[in-house]
Amino acid sequence: MADFYMGVDVGSVSTNIVILDEEDNIVWKKYLRTQGKPIDILKEGLHDIRKELGDINISGVGTTGSGRQLAGLILGSDVVKNEITCHAVSALDFMPNIKTIIEIGGQDSKIIIIRDGIVVDFAMNTVCAAGTGSFLDRQAFRLGVPIEQFGKTALRSDNPVRIAGRCAVFAESDMIHKQQLGHNQEDIIWGLCQALVRNYLNNVGKGKEILGPIAFQGGVAANEGIKRAFEETLKQEVFIPENFDVMGAVGVSLLAKAEAKRKKSTSFKGLNISDINYKVKGIECNDCANLCEIIEIQEDQNILARYGDKCGKWTNAIKDKTKLA
Amino acid sequence: MKITFPHLGNVYIAGKAFLEELGQEVIPPPRCSKRTLELGTKYSPETMCLPFKINIGNYIESIEKGADTILITGSCGPCRFGYYSVLEQSILDDLGYEVEFIVFDPIYEGVRELKNNISRALNVKSYRKLIKAGDLGWKLIKKSDYLTQLANEKRAYAFNSYLVDEIMEDYYKKVEITVGGEPMLKLMDQVEDSLKAVKIDKNKNPIKVGIIGEIYTIIEPSVNLEIERKLGHMGVLVEKSLTPTKWVEHHVSNFPFGSKEENEKYKLAKPYIPTLVGGHGRETVGSAIYYAKKGFDGVIQLLPLNCMPEIVAKSILPTVQNDYNIPIMTLIVDEMTGEAGYMTRLEAFVDLLERKREEKQNGRFLHGC
Repeated sequence: MADFYMGVDVGSVSTNIVILDEEDNIVWKKYLRTQGKPIDILKEGLHDIRKELGDINISGVGTTGSGRQLAGLILGSDVVKNEITCHAVSALDFMPNIKTIIEIGGQDSKIIIIRDGIVVDFAMNTVCAAGTGSFLDRQAFRLGVPIEQFGKTALRSDNPVRIAGRCAVFAESDMIHKQQLGHNQEDIIWGLCQALVRNYLNNVGKGKEILGPIAFQGGVAANEGIKRAFEETLKQEVFIPENFDVMGAVGVSLLAKAEAKRKKSTSFKGLNISDINYKVKGIECNDCANLCEIIEIQEDQNILARYGDKCGKWTNAIKDKTKLA
Repeated sequence: MKITFPHLGNVYIAGKAFLEELGQEVIPPPRCSKRTLELGTKYSPETMCLPFKINIGNYIESIEKGADTILITGSCGPCRFGYYSVLEQSILDDLGYEVEFIVFDPIYEGVRELKNNISRALNVKSYRKLIKAGDLGWKLIKKSDYLTQLANEKRAYAFNSYLVDEIMEDYYKKVEITVGGEPMLKLMDQVEDSLKAVKIDKNKNPIKVGIIGEIYTIIEPSVNLEIERKLGHMGVLVEKSLTPTKWVEHHVSNFPFGSKEENEKYKLAKPYIPTLVGGHGRETVGSAIYYAKKGFDGVIQLLPLNCMPEIVAKSILPTVQNDYNIPIMTLIVDEMTGEAGYMTRLEAFVDLLERKREEKQNGRFLHGC
């Protein structure tokens, strides 16, 4: 029976699942909205795999994204890795001589600087979500343009309106103001794309040496307007991998494959976990002033994990604990 | 007079015992918690830096426990801290709390006033007693910093790093019920013994990271989301550029010349930042170079959102990173308590450092062939 490897990226906005075969081809991928219910969505994804691919033999599993710990616990993954490393791994697989990765996702944006195939520097947006997917989503909705059409609309403009891109809230007021003045929609959208790129390069890319080849990945890479704005500002071509929207999941599945090969087994619990009932319980611990919110995950009748406590009392109470570092 | 003071890492342990030796009643604030932050943000100006908000929270929680006098140090550098005491007093006044503030301003702001404040706060009956208590206080500061650092080292080397957490948690609980200097020292000795008994893997060669940046954020674990512990569990050996011990050495023990380490940092920072920019901006740049020269794998700068001196330092650090070939990451902390993004950055940074070290070793190996 053929071996397959699964990579799962549980992000704030989307949960992506990919299945690789032995030759690193992507045989299946799924882009699901997380909608604040990571466990349900994960189960739905596994259910889809069974329905569409049958009970395939998965020999290695990796998780990444902000929900990686939770997903890792539920799946029993071989690798739990942060998304920066995963994006670098998949981009290097896409283009071995890559020097810069621009990644813009739902809630965060990052820049990863690679030299000679090694991550030498990276940065993420700090306390501001301006210029990320969620903001674009919201503006598209407000302007009544489907998000899929957003980029194409921008490309039709040749006279951008200047939008203040420093802060998402102010950018929105600025946009509304420009709308009221009567500017047409494609000019505003194209202006917004430029503002986002300006904001990204000034905040996330500040002080970084951006050399080509440049890869652009993450959900926002679907937006041709942003791509064009990057190319005009950086004065060079920006490459978008075929699977730009699931690159984190691809990266972690490659890592999972390597790890499973190394230890010659997998800790994956099997696809049938989509039938198991998971319950998440919040407990507020009142033993000290910290009032930690403990999260307890139950797998049918058993307690799978507890975390969220500062002192380790709850975490340590379970035997065979998973390191949540 | 029931004295309290704002939290700054483990300083309360020494501060409490020191004041108790002098016969004062001390009510240290409860350990910083979510409630502290909530109270602080509710009553502080919105754009104020995070340490101020924690201070306010600490005061209110201490006052609830009966404190009526607040001790705090002053400053006159170009950083908001110089204005903390004045603003804090006025906020507590507005809230209707009747508390007295005793501010220890630097000596060049007036010797007499400092002396007055000291004798008022410390209940000085004889200077012999003060010196004796001071001696003990100094011993306690050094010892508690030593324990913190020992815990950091043990975490990096231990087979089970969570054991260290258990010991430290137990220690902090016992501190709250221990009264006086000698019993405190005894407790610390016990903790030292249990920490030393933690089994370690001597073959490990952990990644070494220096923590630099704004003093409060470096020292107070509740503000920096326990960065030492998090890195420790990843098997990273952490050293902090500023500790209460280093502060006292620089500002008190070696007054007016300053400590050797800090003076060296000034010298190292000089080509980049020749003058004072307030707070510890200059020291931050100096510390980054200091750790690079000591052969550390990487450096992490910590600052509370909109901290002015650290913003100056932050803009210089990329140049230091290039000149000394040491990765430097900046983490900004604010009221957020969600840790996912924070963990991602730390993990990715440690990954980067590990790869870099591997490459260095492999490179050398290849060269050897």
